[in-house]
Amino acid sequence: MTHVKRSLGIALWFMFLTLPLMVVRVNTVSREIEWRWHNMALVGICAFAIAWFWQFSIERRMSKLAQVSNDKHPELKKPTWTQRLAADPVLSRRVLIAVGALAMVFPWLVSTGQNFYHVNVMVSALIFVVLGLGLNITVGLAGLLDLGYIAFFAVGAYTYALLAKTFGMGFWTCLPLGGLMGALFGVVLGFPILRLRGDYLAIVTLGFASITKIVLENWDTVFGGAAGIANIPRPDFFGVELTGREKAVYTYYIVLGLVALAVLVTTRLKNSRIGRAWMALREDEIACVAMGVDMARTKLSAYALGAFWAGLVGVVFAAHNNFINPDSFTFMDSAMILAMVVLGGMGSILGVIIAALALKLMPEYLRAFAEYRMLVFGAVMVLMMIFRPQGLINDMRRKYEYDTAEREDDDGGK
Amino acid sequence: MDFEYLFELLCGGVVKGSIYALIALGYTMVYGIIQLINFAHGEIYMVGAFVALIITGILTLSGYSDSGLSVLVLAAVIAVIYAAAYGYTLEKIAYRPLRNAPRLSPLISAIGASIFLMNYVQLVQTPDFLPFPELVPEFEFMEPLSRFVSSVDMVILVVTALTMVALTVLIKYTKIGKAMRATQQDMVMARLVGINVDRVISATFIIGSVLAAIAGVLIASRTGQINSAIGFMAGIKAFTAAVLGGIGNIPGAVLGAMVLGIAETFGAGYISSAYEDVFAFGLLVLILILRPAGLLGKAVKQKV
Amino acid sequence: MAANDERKKLLEVSGLTMDFGGLRAVDNVGLDIYEGEIVALIGPNGAGKTTFFNCVTGIYEPTRGDVKMLPPGRPARRINGMKPNRITELGMARTFQNIRLFPAMTVLENVMIGRHCRTSTSIVDAIFGGRKAAAEERESIDKSYQLLKKVGLAEVADEFSRNLSYGAQRRLEIARALATDPFLLLLDEPAAGMNPQETHELDALITRIRAEEKVAILLIEHDMKLVMNISDRIYVMEYGKEIAQGTPQQIKENPKVIEAYLGEEAHA
Repeated sequence: MTHVKRSLGIALWFMFLTLPLMVVRVNTVSREIEWRWHNMALVGICAFAIAWFWQFSIERRMSKLAQVSNDKHPELKKPTWTQRLAADPVLSRRVLIAVGALAMVFPWLVSTGQNFYHVNVMVSALIFVVLGLGLNITVGLAGLLDLGYIAFFAVGAYTYALLAKTFGMGFWTCLPLGGLMGALFGVVLGFPILRLRGDYLAIVTLGFASITKIVLENWDTVFGGAAGIANIPRPDFFGVELTGREKAVYTYYIVLGLVALAVLVTTRLKNSRIGRAWMALREDEIACVAMGVDMARTKLSAYALGAFWAGLVGVVFAAHNNFINPDSFTFMDSAMILAMVVLGGMGSILGVIIAALALKLMPEYLRAFAEYRMLVFGAVMVLMMIFRPQGLINDMRRKYEYDTAEREDDDGGK
Repeated sequence: MDFEYLFELLCGGVVKGSIYALIALGYTMVYGIIQLINFAHGEIYMVGAFVALIITGILTLSGYSDSGLSVLVLAAVIAVIYAAAYGYTLEKIAYRPLRNAPRLSPLISAIGASIFLMNYVQLVQTPDFLPFPELVPEFEFMEPLSRFVSSVDMVILVVTALTMVALTVLIKYTKIGKAMRATQQDMVMARLVGINVDRVISATFIIGSVLAAIAGVLIASRTGQINSAIGFMAGIKAFTAAVLGGIGNIPGAVLGAMVLGIAETFGAGYISSAYEDVFAFGLLVLILILRPAGLLGKAVKQKV
Repeated sequence: MAANDERKKLLEVSGLTMDFGGLRAVDNVGLDIYEGEIVALIGPNGAGKTTFFNCVTGIYEPTRGDVKMLPPGRPARRINGMKPNRITELGMARTFQNIRLFPAMTVLENVMIGRHCRTSTSIVDAIFGGRKAAAEERESIDKSYQLLKKVGLAEVADEFSRNLSYGAQRRLEIARALATDPFLLLLDEPAAGMNPQETHELDALITRIRAEEKVAILLIEHDMKLVMNISDRIYVMEYGKEIAQGTPQQIKENPKVIEAYLGEEAHA
């Protein structure tokens, strides 16, 4: 009963809050006022329902927390389906092969000679998967909140556009160059600011991205200003002319390859000395340096490596769209990539891939959703932090093999 | 050297700075107490401006009143109430459940809240710029000054000054002000001596939002147009000002805002107006690298 | 202890002073540690013991004074203002009073972080996963696991460190510090929050570590029974100043120390 009463209060409060903004709209041109009272009713009903559910969830979370603190090994009890999947090497390999095969044949399944819309959509989505994986290194693994990640993407895209247009350099030459330029910018920017505390770092990276965009917009002799750069050559296939569909499919395989590469590299690093140092830095900076980890070098490597992927995939973006302008590199894009990492679970590779695909494909196929896309992203970021800060997919703890250690000890021990 | 131009820029900078100061105070007060960059603070400012626009629209179009100043005051009062309500709700939903979470969590939540509010206003109102009515009547004041400062600017300066005085009195002499200072010093200790820390934090958000809404109304009447994205840039600029002065430090925020406002207008006036924002961010990066504690801040050692 | 003069000195701190604004947290403190010793640093709360630790391990840069490290078989180094990770590399490791583990990493991974400065796999090596990298990883795992066995945490090696009990977390901190191959181990209140049984086990563990790992140990501790049991020498601090030093027996009988510890009660 108290729940109902409180929810009612909350509903009334939100009806009050949204009263001017949602109900009234002043049309300054025709000098008319539009009253939209139905919105108020809508807000009331939704707020009541959400408030009710909210209280219920908070209550459940509290009881869960209490349970956890009473329990020494809560993780041992209920493995999630992802943990079960990972624990079973045969099954996980089969799933991996199936997904890989599906990804390989995907462009041929969904495209015809004239219609390759779905392939193009998937290329854009995969580009964001790589971006998500790159930012996952910086934010997810090393805990450096970068709000200007999109700037490195812009660096890669403009590197290719300029090199290809001015010097006629090919896609394959520019691809690594774009990545290196991204990493270089990462190092140059990172060097002075990495000693800043986490929240300052966030603001400075945001400032850096804004500066980058302003420079791109205004320095029109080099970067083409707000109009951008058009007629950027598509990826070349050993000099063979490709049709529209072939080009799309070809680009699809290139990005797919980059995704695979990014997954491989991130997994390797995550399970290495380097990746552990990143995670330790994320968990506790002071303890980390006190254990002998060089903070500057570790942070810089995470920052530069994250930037590398953005630069690399920026080249593909420019080549795929064959037109770029500063509007593709706004704060909202940075925020969207961050939302992917948050939603997927900080540091979780599989989670980030799924989140990136979902966040990029949903607005594309659910037109109704597209309009509310950023609204939902914002809400998702808040709700995730409150209810599932570890992300939708738990970052699984890695188990190491230490049989050898045990055997040696038994031999030499007693 | 054209002194008239220089003085005009200086006046413009001070006016701009005082707007930044009003917003920056909200950042610095919240940061001082819960060490959170309230990313959505700029959005509260934007909401304030929108509410004021809607109220003036209703009042003028329904023919209730046509005396500009009274409409402005009424609109400002309602805008302030709404901004306070939004600030209070924001803290309660997006930050309070994360009080003991890792440092990055509330920050990400704040970014989410900012994006949410920006798009909420864009969806329920319009993504386009809306003209904000000219409500401040032209009036006469000191002759040499009026050549450089418009009457709107004059109102901005006076209102800002009055607000600052009120804030100082509030923080120095009232009970809630003392509780705020105590909480800023040591939250655990404040709680132990019986201060309701949750209420202090709510009060801080409300005060910050009130200041932001005042800034929103003022800037809207100066620039004459608003849209749902104005909060973002203004928020970051104000945060820059707060950092510049030393975050958590109230006089510092005002000083930082003035420095920022003047630096921006001078940069725009003498170098290039297209790069106005670059000067602000450049200043932020420089200050963080050279003097992370800010102009008036004290370097604090992290407790180990 | 006359034998001290022939034993090799490992750490030499002299005139160490640390100011925070107007507050002098540590005032002209000197301290020496010799090979194979267990030295305790005691004193009332707020005496500046942890600040002293932080100055020695490079977390803070001391306002004045000298901290000299004399690694066995290597030249002596003045380490004031050196970065904490460099100091750890030179062979001094520490634990924290308020436990600072990496909560979202497993117990074994926590210890493996300690191996970081003793391994050299680069990003490129890690990506291409060569034989050298694999061997180094193997060695890291084995060595870390051995240390976990030593502190009795081998069964929970795959558990997240945040799920360990308080006492276990303290022991994990010790294992993590030992993984950096130190010749000098600094323990900041290792027994805090432990029950008598755990403290008793810790007593044995510290003595065993000294013998097996060949480290000298400096510890801050409030549990007097533990301190008197295991220390060779004791330094006493009060209000940032060093007020006494000597063997446990001497300290027990030192009137200044008794005053510092019992002063308030005696006057009240």
